[in-house]
This record gives sequence, C-alpha cells and structure tokens, in this order.
Amino acid sequence: MAAMRRLIWPLLILAALLLVNVAFIPGFLSVEVREGHLYGSLIDILRFGAPLILVSLGMTLVIATGGIDLSVGSVVAISGALACLQLSQDQGVFTAIVLALGLSTLLGAWNGFLVAGIGIQPIIATLILMVAGRGLAQLITDGQIITVNDPAYKLIGGGYWLTVPFGVLVVLAVLAITAFLTRRLALGLLIESVGGNAEASRLAGIRARGIIVMVYAFAALCAGVAGLMISSNVSSADGNNAGLWIELDAILAVVIGGTSLAGGRFSLGGTVLGALIIQTLTTTIYSVGVPPETTLLFKALVVAAVCLVQSPAFREKVFHRRRRPSSARPAEEKVRVTA
Amino acid sequence: MAMATPAPVLRMSGIGKQFPGVRALDGVDLRLLPGEVHALMGENGAGKSTLIKVLTGVHQADEGAIELAGRSVAFGSPLEARQAGISTVYQEVNLCTNLSVAENILIGREPRRWGRIDWKRMRARARELLARLELDLDVSAPLSAYSLAIQQMVAIARALDVEARVLILDEPTSSLDADEVGQLFRVMRRLKDDGIAILFVSHFLDQVYEISDRMTILRNGRLVGEYPTRELSQVDLVAKMIGQELAALDRLHGEAAAFDRPLVEARELGRAGAIEPFTLTIHEGEVVGLAGLLGSGRTEVARLLFGADHAGGGRVAVGGAPASLRTPRAAMGHGIAFCSENRKADGLIPDLTVRENIILALQATRGWTRPVPREQQDELVERYVKALRISPPNPEHLVRDLSGGNQQKVLLARWLILEPRLLILDEPTRGIDVGAKTEIQRLVAELSGGGMAVLFISAELEEVLRLSHKVAVLRDRRLVAELPNGPELTTDVLMETIASGGRT
Repeated sequence: MAAMRRLIWPLLILAALLLVNVAFIPGFLSVEVREGHLYGSLIDILRFGAPLILVSLGMTLVIATGGIDLSVGSVVAISGALACLQLSQDQGVFTAIVLALGLSTLLGAWNGFLVAGIGIQPIIATLILMVAGRGLAQLITDGQIITVNDPAYKLIGGGYWLTVPFGVLVVLAVLAITAFLTRRLALGLLIESVGGNAEASRLAGIRARGIIVMVYAFAALCAGVAGLMISSNVSSADGNNAGLWIELDAILAVVIGGTSLAGGRFSLGGTVLGALIIQTLTTTIYSVGVPPETTLLFKALVVAAVCLVQSPAFREKVFHRRRRPSSARPAEEKVRVTA
Repeated sequence: MAMATPAPVLRMSGIGKQFPGVRALDGVDLRLLPGEVHALMGENGAGKSTLIKVLTGVHQADEGAIELAGRSVAFGSPLEARQAGISTVYQEVNLCTNLSVAENILIGREPRRWGRIDWKRMRARARELLARLELDLDVSAPLSAYSLAIQQMVAIARALDVEARVLILDEPTSSLDADEVGQLFRVMRRLKDDGIAILFVSHFLDQVYEISDRMTILRNGRLVGEYPTRELSQVDLVAKMIGQELAALDRLHGEAAAFDRPLVEARELGRAGAIEPFTLTIHEGEVVGLAGLLGSGRTEVARLLFGADHAGGGRVAVGGAPASLRTPRAAMGHGIAFCSENRKADGLIPDLTVRENIILALQATRGWTRPVPREQQDELVERYVKALRISPPNPEHLVRDLSGGNQQKVLLARWLILEPRLLILDEPTRGIDVGAKTEIQRLVAELSGGGMAVLFISAELEEVLRLSHKVAVLRDRRLVAELPNGPELTTDVLMETIASGGRT
C-alpha cells in the first residue's frame, strides 16, 4: 500500500502529460491494427521509450546501492557498434548479439570492480568508461557509421511480434526478470541494505562487493540490450551519437520514479513510469509545437516542476495552510526527490 | 539549602501531543527554575524526547501552554526557540569535525565586516565563550583534533552563544568516560551559578544523583511527578519510572561454574594501533565480561573476534580447530555473532522495516538466491518481536521510527535467530532504559544457561559483574587480567585492577 502511494504522483504526472497531448492531437489515444502491427501514438511512446526504460531499470539497482553509472550511454554505443561490426563481417545475428552483450557485461563488471574492489567513488569510476567508452566505440567502428541490412537484426528494435513491437516485449521480459531477481529472490533486500548502510551490511555478513559488481554488470547488460535496439532501429551503428546523454535521462527517470539518489529503497514500477514520463514529454514537445531551439529549456522546466510536485517538503510548504488544521501529519517523510 | 523557590524561568503546563496512532504526551507539566539542574527521567518511549521537541519548537503541542520568563510563547521552529533563549545540545554531537573549533561555535552567526567574515573577531569570540566553560583550546584547530568530550563542550559553547536561559542537554554523557563526565559536570555547575536552567537527560542514575537538583519523571507520555532529587531514593525513582517494584537486582550467576569445553580460543591475537596481542578463551555456556574504560580496547577485541577488522597477528581456534576469521561472514560461518555498540552506524538499516532488519543476517548467510520464505520470516519475526517485547509490535514498521531501546532489541533479534554459539554484545544496554536493560540482562543469562557463550562488554561494572562468569580487564589497549567471578570480586576490585593495570 505504501508502495502504491509512492507511485501515485508519477502516475498523475503521466496522466497529465497524456491529457495535454490529447488536447493538441485528436485521436492521440487511439490504437489500431495496421498491416498486422499495433499502431498509434501510445504505441510509439512505448516503442521509442523501450531503450530508456531498459537503461533506467539497470540504473535503478545501481542507484539503490548508493552508486551511479554515467557510462551506460557509452555502453549503448559500444554494444551497437560491436554487433554491427560483426554483422558487417558476415557473422550470424546470434554471435553478434552474444558478443555485444558479453562485452557490455564485462565493461559493467569493470565498473563494479573499480567501485567495490578498489573503492573509487562511483561517479568517478563510471566517468572513466563514459569518456573512454566513446573512444572504444569509435575504435570498433573505425570512426565510420556502419550500416547493416539484416532482417533478423532489424527485428530487435524495429520489428513486431504478434502485432506488438518486439522492443516492448524485450522490456517486459527484462522487467519480469528484474522483478523476479529482486523481489522474489532476496537480491532486492540485500541491495537496499547495502545502499541503506554499507558498513552495517558488511557486519551483518552481506558480501557487498559481489552484489555491487553484479549490479553494475546488470546495468551495463541492460544498456547493451538498449544499444542493440537503438542500432537495430536505424540499421546502423554510430559510435558518436548512439545513446548520447541517455544516462542523464535514465537517472532522471529513476529519481522521478521515487528512488532516492542516496541509495536504499528502490521502486522498479516507479522507474518504468519515470522513463515513460520522459518519453511522453519528448512526444509532447513535438505535439505542442515547442520551437526547436527552446525544447531543452521546456524539458528542463517540466522536469523541475515534476520533481517539485513529488517532493513532500515542497508540497508541505505550498499547501501548508490548507493542511494546517490537521496537525497530526506523518512526522517525518524522507524527501525522495533531490534532483 | 532551604530557600524560597524562585519563579520558574520556564513553565510548561498540560502539554499534550498526538502522533498517528500514539498519544505521545498527555497533560505533562514541567517547571525549570533558574540556576538548577533538572533531570528529565523516564524509560524509552516515556515521552522525554517528544517533550524536548515540543519545547524546542521541533514539534508543536496539540494542547497546553508554554511560558518563558512569565510570557506565553509558542515556537514554530527550533530557530525561534533558540532566539528566545532555549538552546539544545543533542545526544549525537552534530558538529562538523572538519571545521575549526571557532567555525563550529559561530557557524551561521559569523561576525562580519564589509560582508566578509571577520576571522579575528570570530576567534576572539570563540575563545571568550570557551573561557566561560573554563576551556582553553586552539580555536583555529579542526574540531576533529579534540576528544568527544571536548567536542561536547564545544557544542555547549555554541548553544551558549545566544543569550541562553534554558540549556537542554540530551544524553550528553553517553559516550564520555568518567574523567570527561567530571569535566562536563564542572561546566554544568558553573553555568548553574550563572543562573541558567539546565534540563538534563541521562540514563546513568548515578550521574543524575550527582548533578541534578530536582527531577521530573514521565511514564507512557504522562507526568508521574516532580521531586527534589535528595528526597527520592534510587529504588523509588526506578519504581516510578517503570511503574512497578523492581525485583532485587542480584547477581544472575552465583558462582563461577566449571567450564571445560573451550569454544573460541584466541592466542596472541592483536592488531597494531588497536589492541596489543591478547590470549582469551571463551567456553561454551560461559559469559565473559570485558571491563575497562572507554578506549581501553574493549570494542577492538570484539571486532577482531568477529572479523570486522583484520588481525595483525595471532591465531584463533573455534571448537578446537584452527579458524580464520578474516571477514564477518567467515566468523558467522563459525557461529559467531556481533551486536555492535554503534547501532546506528554499524547495525541497523534505518530505511528497512523491522522484519527486514531482523532477517538480514540470516538472509546474508543464505545468499541472495535462496530467500527466506515469507511464512518463515513472519513466524521468526513474530516470535522475537513478542519475546523481546519490541514496540510497536508491527514488523512492517520502519526501524528508523523506533526508539533506541527497541532498535537495540531489533539488532539483538537479528543475531538470535541465527542461534550463534558465541554472541558478542558490545554495550547492548547503553542508552536504553532500565526496564529494557534488565530484560536484556535476563536474556543473556538465559542464553548462556542454554549453552551459548556470550562476550559481554559494558561500561557499567555492576552490570558486568552481575552477568559474567569471568571478567577480562582491559587497560590502555592491553588485556591486563582475567578474573573469575565470585563473591570476592566487587566493583571496587575491578576498578582497582583497571587503575593498577593488574600489577598488584
């Protein structure tokens, strides 16, 4: 119930954004089947939002341990680049995918090693790969944009299966797996414990090191899958621009979803909503017709408003007088939104 | 000292405060006279903290009135209370140890000239305030250069910068050793002579009797009464606090029984800079007390035996076989559990629930792939919440919202469900009330009766004596004596051993 209450604000915000779109675009909510595919603006939001949701899911677990991963954008580029390179050298789709995801996971484990093994601050440790990773992606593509033409590969990011965009299905699968690992198994509890108080967790016998390495590897794996989707959708690998700034959107999605940047409690459902809010916002910018040169400013303003509305401290201040008569308010509620 | 009672500087009357589901305060009165030390007594959850928070503007009272120097007041924030002359020093010293002493004292109120900080005046002002406490410190040195006791004084100096009429000291002595307490008390007496009313909260009854003039006792959010300290015996005080006649606190173990099955044997175990190599054997079913002053190496012994720190040298055998205790996890594998003294930093995960905190160690031993089934969790947690009388008895409550004593019980429950062979308890009764204290002591006796070995660390020698079969004495990071408990072992003998270093 408490979890539901936390999701109420992201839900309301998402609903509000959708309403704005409905006002500007007639038939915004309609979904139909065309040529055997689901078709409509809502489907587009899901389809184009799929990579962001994936990256955000991984980011959620990293942030829950009290860390942060700035390198996911670079991993997106590396994964796409390696897969396309393999395809362009006439390797099979399966080999290409396995290699790309394998390398992504390895890079994530490297991040985890820097953080948990050597003790570098997460923001610095992952900054290394964020910068070096772009170079690595360039190296793989030899500075070119590799174009591929493989129908099987195209399915990942641009195809449909049973009328549903394949990427959306991938997201659902990853979400289900993540929820299973963290909530059905005990991974979530241990992650929240490590993020809540690392030293106390160590003294309770939790092997924090292994968990942290695993979480960073998982985040990179998610980014790797997102990289496949993005490059598959455009049938090419662009080492420079693929996944550029996606780490910031992902962090934002996690925070909007109600997970504290300080670590501890996390909410997968909140993160999915957060990512959808950001994707819907992008759509809204087009449908409202915000002039292109001010889109970033517009986005920033909306995000700031979203964060403020979610902050209990802010709501307390603004609605202070209205709430005053019932002084029996919950004593302390942690301010979850810090961005 | 018979004298006419002066007009109270502070009068709170009929204070009531309701939290969701809890009536925290109900018709509580408190009077503070100028120039007195007034002890606020009560068990955990009696409403002491809430009353202080109402007084300092953190919470607003639902009912009742506050008068300061005859004028009716209502504080909307701690800042307003401070400006009115009510200053507070909290239990956990909340200063910035990386800043200088002067900066800490005058933070937020730095003397300025042309908009810039006037460092010279700032240092002078800081020295002035410290001089009032008879302290002569290098005010430009970082606060971290000084001991906890001095830091506490600095916190008091900061509280006194504004014209304080009421000074609230919330558990100021819980982390100080005897000398430091003496120093603090000298300062308190001086402030008293200046006419400041001091509200003193402490769990150490001896200290309350040494320093306070009068006391107000709370129980379950209600006022029990206001008494001159000299007219209330300690036994009566305890009875009023817990609301029942306390059974005589006699030794829970009569004699040193014969223990012949060694469980944990440490040989020349040590760590440079923390504890000199020591040799100690703990037998099955034995309670070994560790006595010594603060900083004598008590906690360091515990941490080595639990693998929380790496030993620099020496060997450990568990159950006769050599064991390597490199990590807490390894120690847990040998059935060793450790309840840390610092439950906030080293124990609990405040954002998790009571249930999650209790099963955490059990889950850790199983790894993340084998979750403890929910029914088993609920069953275990319910059993221990009941057995240890954790309040509120709701397993889904966040641990951060529990009182100190109940947090301690949660931590204890976490280790008890592992059914350890050796339970290390580092100050398990520090900062918790008398009722919970006796409960925990009884539990220790019971567990050792069942064959569990216990290493019991406490600053209170009476407690160590009452529980232990054997007492190991530490002094200056060295284990100096190992004394079997018996009728001839008294606190005086222990103190003498600590003082002489076991040489006599």
